[in-house]
Amino acid sequence: MYKILAKRELAPHINLFEFSAGEVSAKTKPGQFVILRIDEDGERIPLTIADADPGKGTIAVACHGVGKTTTQLGRLKEGDFVLDLLGPLGKPARIEKFGTVLCVGGGVMVAPLHFQAKAFREAGNNVIGIVGATTRDHLIFLEEMENTCNHLLVATDDGTKGHKGMDFLKDLIKETKIDRVVAEGPVVMMKAVSDLTRQHGIPTMVNLIPIMVDGMGMCGACRVTVDGKTLFACVDGLEFDGHQVDFDELLARLKVYTPQEKLAYVFSEQGERN
Amino acid sequence: MPKPKIRKEAVPMPKQPPKERADNFREVAIGYSEEQALAEAERCLQCREAPCVKGCPVEVDIPTFIKLIRERRFGEAAMKIKEKNSLPAVCGRVCPQEEQCQAKCTVGRIGEPTSIGRLERFVADWERQHGCEIPQKCPTTGKKVAIVGAGPAGLTVAADLIKLGHEVTIFEALHKPGGVLTYGIPEFRLPKKIVEAEAEYIEKLGVTLKTNALIGRLYTIAELLRQFDAVFIGSGAGPPTFMGIPGENLCGIYSANEYLIRVNLMRSYDFPKAGTPICGGEEVAVVGGGNVAMDSARCALRLGAKDVKIVYRRSREEMPARIEEIENAEEEGIRFEFLTSPKRFIGNERRRVKAMECVRMRLGEPDDSGRRRPVPIEGSNFMVDVDIVIMAVGRTPNPIIKQTTEGLETTKWGGIVTDEDGKTSIEGVYAGGDIVTGESTVISAMGAGRRAARAIHEFLMKKETCARKKRNV
Ligand SMILES: Cc1cc2nc3c(=O)[nH]c(=O)nc-3n(C[C@H](O)[C@H](O)[C@H](O)COP(=O)(O)OP(=O)(O)OC[C@H]3O[C@@H](n4cnc5c(N)ncnc54)[C@H](O)[C@@H]3O)c2cc1C
Ligand SMILES: Cc1cc2nc3c(=O)[nH]c(=O)nc-3n(C[C@H](O)[C@H](O)[C@H](O)COP(=O)(O)OP(=O)(O)OC[C@H]3O[C@@H](n4cnc5c(N)ncnc54)[C@H](O)[C@@H]3O)c2cc1C
Ligand code: SF4
Ligand code: SF4
Ligand code: FES
Repeated sequence: MYKILAKRELAPHINLFEFSAGEVSAKTKPGQFVILRIDEDGERIPLTIADADPGKGTIAVACHGVGKTTTQLGRLKEGDFVLDLLGPLGKPARIEKFGTVLCVGGGVMVAPLHFQAKAFREAGNNVIGIVGATTRDHLIFLEEMENTCNHLLVATDDGTKGHKGMDFLKDLIKETKIDRVVAEGPVVMMKAVSDLTRQHGIPTMVNLIPIMVDGMGMCGACRVTVDGKTLFACVDGLEFDGHQVDFDELLARLKVYTPQEKLAYVFSEQGERN
Repeated sequence: MPKPKIRKEAVPMPKQPPKERADNFREVAIGYSEEQALAEAERCLQCREAPCVKGCPVEVDIPTFIKLIRERRFGEAAMKIKEKNSLPAVCGRVCPQEEQCQAKCTVGRIGEPTSIGRLERFVADWERQHGCEIPQKCPTTGKKVAIVGAGPAGLTVAADLIKLGHEVTIFEALHKPGGVLTYGIPEFRLPKKIVEAEAEYIEKLGVTLKTNALIGRLYTIAELLRQFDAVFIGSGAGPPTFMGIPGENLCGIYSANEYLIRVNLMRSYDFPKAGTPICGGEEVAVVGGGNVAMDSARCALRLGAKDVKIVYRRSREEMPARIEEIENAEEEGIRFEFLTSPKRFIGNERRRVKAMECVRMRLGEPDDSGRRRPVPIEGSNFMVDVDIVIMAVGRTPNPIIKQTTEGLETTKWGGIVTDEDGKTSIEGVYAGGDIVTGESTVISAMGAGRRAARAIHEFLMKKETCARKKRNV
């Protein structure tokens, strides 16, 4: 059993949880993830680690309630427990001194990206951050990113705050010498960023989150095609070369369970109301 | 003395009727009643040479336990088996007895061999229902052993070493112990409550079981060696193999591992009560011919598929699956396409698999394994409609430990290299089971565990003597 020591609402349906997980926190590096299961009937869901404090023995994850399990997690409170928590999983992100690193984050994934941005800054990089969301109310971790990055830019799909859409990125890339891009967020966003930086030959790492089951290399659910080869995101990633990823395949594979997920969500919400 | 007459036929195993069981996940074989067990036990000749024992990889004292059944001393019979095999309820169900103990049975020369597996299952089930004794432990030695993986190999090492007085901790990555017994072999062949009871028994002996602990990431083997006097690696088989043909990553194409983990470990058949979804499919093709393929096909059927076929590139004779399970699958209505191999998969506009192109094969010259090599027949290509494909064409060893353990010798295919006793290239580190031999059987993994436990015990005691000598100087 793993206790929720703190919970903070970052935006509607997006919460930051701090779990007591001493052993995990001591081993966590930016870019790694955990798999948790709320109860005996629960699904195993992967969440990227957004911070680790070995001194306190805690890890933090940000979770966006999009379906049955993530909504159920969102209802848990400080002092509640989850049954299982496995981690740290995946390879740590490659953190080195590259020069200027552009960290592009979208939606809930800005929180784990911040963990990487912090490490890049500590490694002596000039860090430019971009925080994106669909709309103003869904922007998260603005303050944290502001404090961590040398420069911070904001973008929303509907233009309610900061730049409207990602078009400004074209100019930014032309005007600034960027040595490395790290993108974490929705697949379409990572794809767009990779397409753009490819033209300029800027090394671009994306953090892929395909559907997973075990998270330890046994099931092959998480297979992704990178440079024509099939790799398992849970052991070979999460970080991959964005210029080599088959994003269209990933998008299709993420939708495999959409009908079942809707069903599960409706059932669980009914149960919640009754 | 006139020779007692032995019935040629074994007492048949009562089973759920095929039509009925194809719809549910309850155990197919119901198990002998006391009368049936007694009748079957009567068929054993109590051979002095006991050839059956030599057929068993862990040399269970078969005649003695059968004699105890005849005397209705079921609890003692169970204890007798447990001297050699700590998971009899499992082995009685899943051992390929027809190739092992029963293949050597004397009665087999005049009729059906004694049903050793069914009797083993009977006493183990009897014991579980009547509560089992916790065996006496040796005085504590103060030595600590870490075990990686709670599959049959790891559980055996744990049971053996704790009885010898060592302190044992198992690290298991998944949320439940049992390895393949829990996540791979389906409920209808091996009910999970049996695996749970076996794991509980091991915890009752005093073993600490830490689930959610992936060694290599949470602790490396080197770190374990700092806290423990010895380490055993029983991490089993890992990533599934694919064929490398076009379209394999289309939606609806599963590895058998993923399919079985969803169904067995996560109980997808109980979706949405259990939270993990699965795509049942109507027209399912399973590629492969081993136990894993049979299990996948039979799960698909139970999830409601209309048509399930097994596509295998050799002929029936070469199929590595247990005969009993092939027969069960056939009875349930699974179709077999022998001498057939997929060439590519075709998807629809949403990248979901909708068809598979196959080619017919013929058997050519024998290959390294002695089996005749399948060769494609030119121009025999044909299309099959499918909406789910399950690839059961093999697995490779889990790479995480190899990647994170310096100095650990591994083979070309990634298995851990050990000597007869399971000793690896690192002092104090032992390994056994599928991670060493590649995919094998439950009982051989347990046999490897037993040998390794013996070697670890010797190693620890030698270390103790050395340490004592040093202290005396
Ligand atoms: C390695 C990894 C790290 C992740 N990190 C985070 C994180 O830090 N914070 C967070 O909020 N979410 C994260 N996710 C996504 C999260 O695991 C899924 O949202 C969750 O499993 C959905 O479960 P559900 O039952 O609530 O929703 P479901 O009903 O299962 O799904 C609802 C919707 O989410 C989509 N979805 C399902 N699985 C995934 C997935 N793996 N990735 C993206 N979308 C998915 C479905 O297509 C569907 O539209 C991560 C996923 C992976 C694989
Ligand atoms: C579907 C299927 C059906 C089968 N049917 C039969 C049958 O009928 N009869 C038969 O005799 N055999 C059968 N087998 C084969 C048999 O199950 C295996 O040979 C046997 O389970 C191997 O045991 P093991 O202990 O070596 O490994 P496993 O059973 O694979 O257990 C390994 C355990 O280690 C854990 N692990 C892995 N890596 C780590 C790590 N880094 N840290 C912590 N834990 C880790 C895994 O989660 C797993 O629980 C079948 C196999 C499958 C897949
Ligand atoms: S363990 Fe397996 S091989 Fe040995 S006697 Fe029992 S059923 Fe036969
Ligand atoms: S070989 Fe057969 S008949 Fe003889 S002791 Fe073994 S089980 Fe009994
Ligand atoms: S999630 Fe199972 S192999 Fe990656």
